[in-house]
Amino acid sequence: MKKIEHEIIKRQLPKSATGIQGFDEITGGGLPKGRPILVCGGAGCGKTLFAIEFLVRGATEFNEPGVFMSFEETNDELIANVISLGFDLEDLIKRKKLVLDHVHIERSEIEETGEYDLEALFIRLGYAIDSIGAKRVVLDTIESLFAGLPNQLILRAELRRLFRWLKDKGVTAIITGERGDSKLTRQGLEEYVSDCVIMLDHRVNEQTSTRRLRIVKYRGSIHGTNEYPFLIDENGFSVLPVTSLGLKHVVSNERVSSGITALDNMLEGKGYYRGSTILVSGTAGVGKTSIAAHFAEAACKRGERVLYFCFEESPNQMIRNMLSIGIELEKWVKKGLLQFHATRPTLYGLEMHLAVTHKAVNAFKPDIVILDPINTFVISDKEVEIKAMLMRIVDFLKASQITALFTSLTSSESSLESSEAGISSLIDTWILLRDIELSGERNRGMYVLKSRGMANSNQIREFLLTDHGVELREAYIGLEGVLTGSARIAQEAKESAELLIRKRDIERKKREIEQKRNALEAQISALHFEFESEESEAIKMIEIEQDQIKRLKKDKVQMAESRHVNSDFIDNINLKKKNNL
Amino acid sequence: MKDKIAKVKTWPKDIDPTLSSHSNDKYVLRLYLTGSTCRSVLALKNLEQICEEYLEGRYELEVIDLYQNPSLAKGDQIIAAPTLIKKLPLPFRRIIGDMSNKEKVLLGLDLRDIHK
Repeated sequence: MKKIEHEIIKRQLPKSATGIQGFDEITGGGLPKGRPILVCGGAGCGKTLFAIEFLVRGATEFNEPGVFMSFEETNDELIANVISLGFDLEDLIKRKKLVLDHVHIERSEIEETGEYDLEALFIRLGYAIDSIGAKRVVLDTIESLFAGLPNQLILRAELRRLFRWLKDKGVTAIITGERGDSKLTRQGLEEYVSDCVIMLDHRVNEQTSTRRLRIVKYRGSIHGTNEYPFLIDENGFSVLPVTSLGLKHVVSNERVSSGITALDNMLEGKGYYRGSTILVSGTAGVGKTSIAAHFAEAACKRGERVLYFCFEESPNQMIRNMLSIGIELEKWVKKGLLQFHATRPTLYGLEMHLAVTHKAVNAFKPDIVILDPINTFVISDKEVEIKAMLMRIVDFLKASQITALFTSLTSSESSLESSEAGISSLIDTWILLRDIELSGERNRGMYVLKSRGMANSNQIREFLLTDHGVELREAYIGLEGVLTGSARIAQEAKESAELLIRKRDIERKKREIEQKRNALEAQISALHFEFESEESEAIKMIEIEQDQIKRLKKDKVQMAESRHVNSDFIDNINLKKKNNL
Repeated sequence: MKDKIAKVKTWPKDIDPTLSSHSNDKYVLRLYLTGSTCRSVLALKNLEQICEEYLEGRYELEVIDLYQNPSLAKGDQIIAAPTLIKKLPLPFRRIIGDMSNKEKVLLGLDLRDIHK
């Protein structure tokens, strides 16, 4: 794989890395080496800064000295202007890494008296290039020549020659140009510089401005064709390669607790996946921020870093409010594990927000990012753009293995689920909070709408905010729907009363049976007793009878003895009787 | 000219010499050329002619070849070639081109009045 990549790089046009954050990514390595590049755009869009940074980075990071030929600002102005961005031009000049040359043209001083050329400018530039061995050149803004020199024909011919000359010199040159009405530049410089054209734009949309960069043309190289937002801040210029780099991010099987045990239980008892995207949506005041705060607190307790973007509350307000439900956030802020980033969504455009998010995430390197809430952007921009921006944020965070939690406010008028259609497909775990109005009460209900890659509970739980955090209760689900709050309590009471009655019933039945058993047993024992007494009576009678039989026999013998009849005689008699018969 | 000055009460005195005729001033001129191209040669020829005609004996002309002294281009803010710089008398002027338009050269050197 590496070998193939290497070959591709080899075959590509040689490029000169700008060192500008993100720009080298979208151009596949930077600007075309040894060619003139046109950077055009309206006033105040950052042309000069782009050019300066190209030179400074070249001098400091790539050991390519540069020449800055300014037709507008003086050297002192230029040095003073960029020092706030951390560029010390004076030092670079001393170290022979940079040459500043201010070309001053005063129309009133000049008198044209015939044919001329700009050879002197060439010599001047050539001398500056040779004096430090420059590889990079900036001409800012060469169109000023048109204001100073009246003869356009000469000027155009000379500019054509200049760009040719720069190419022959082998320097990578940035030429800046003011944007024209119908053309890219006022004087049609794009006609001469045709290798690479970069357009900077500073657009105001709904009162918020966004800076954007677009590569109009780049001969001999593939490049991103989109408009990329860029940022100018204390670290200079940064372009955001915001288009998705493909859905190739590594996924984790690790789980992170939501900070609410009952919610973890709804998600297989383990919580969210690390690196997944979680959306908590619901109507106003249902406790979205509380869930986010729980998550943040749990992460801080594990020693992870949390970056919390709040777009509606100030950090202090947030800390105070969360304290009321028993979540202490301040100590984590002090420990440096939790960082708040509070801005109004209307402060700048979506892309700028994206850029700020990028920068903040790159600087803080959090494990968890919370955006609370995301739908405030709707005020400032269109839904399509928001989706694009969120997709970029999601992609970016996923690629960095950061777990993201977004909260979103849904208006109660529209359907809870459809209003999120814009972003729902980007979300891995979606927790829906809703208020349930019943019997003069408003209660909170919560359920897991979806959770990719896990067996989640399908139950609606009642969601309670207590002084020790969020609690989830099993909501009563009966014939009349979901019952919550006092209705649930009443229902529970009713149920327990019913249970009591049933219990009593059973006990009563048990007692009856016991009684029956007792009666039966008594009967059995009485019969038994009767039988026993009868039995003993019968035995006695039998004994008496037997005694009588014995006595009769005795009596017979005694009688015979008394009549002196011996037994033989008797026997004879008995025998005779037998024969007669 | 003198009447005009008398009428304007708050006329700054240092402007006076620049407005007055340069008929006696000494001219300090510097001509920047780029090698011996035909344009350079033409410019030099034309200039010498004009100087001899109008500034005889009171001008100082320095001719610089930028190819040999490229560092000088930055100091005098030279971009076009040939360029003639009128250092003195004030005001500072640059006259570019091959000097073939005599009218304009004289205008640049503040010598038009005399010519008339």
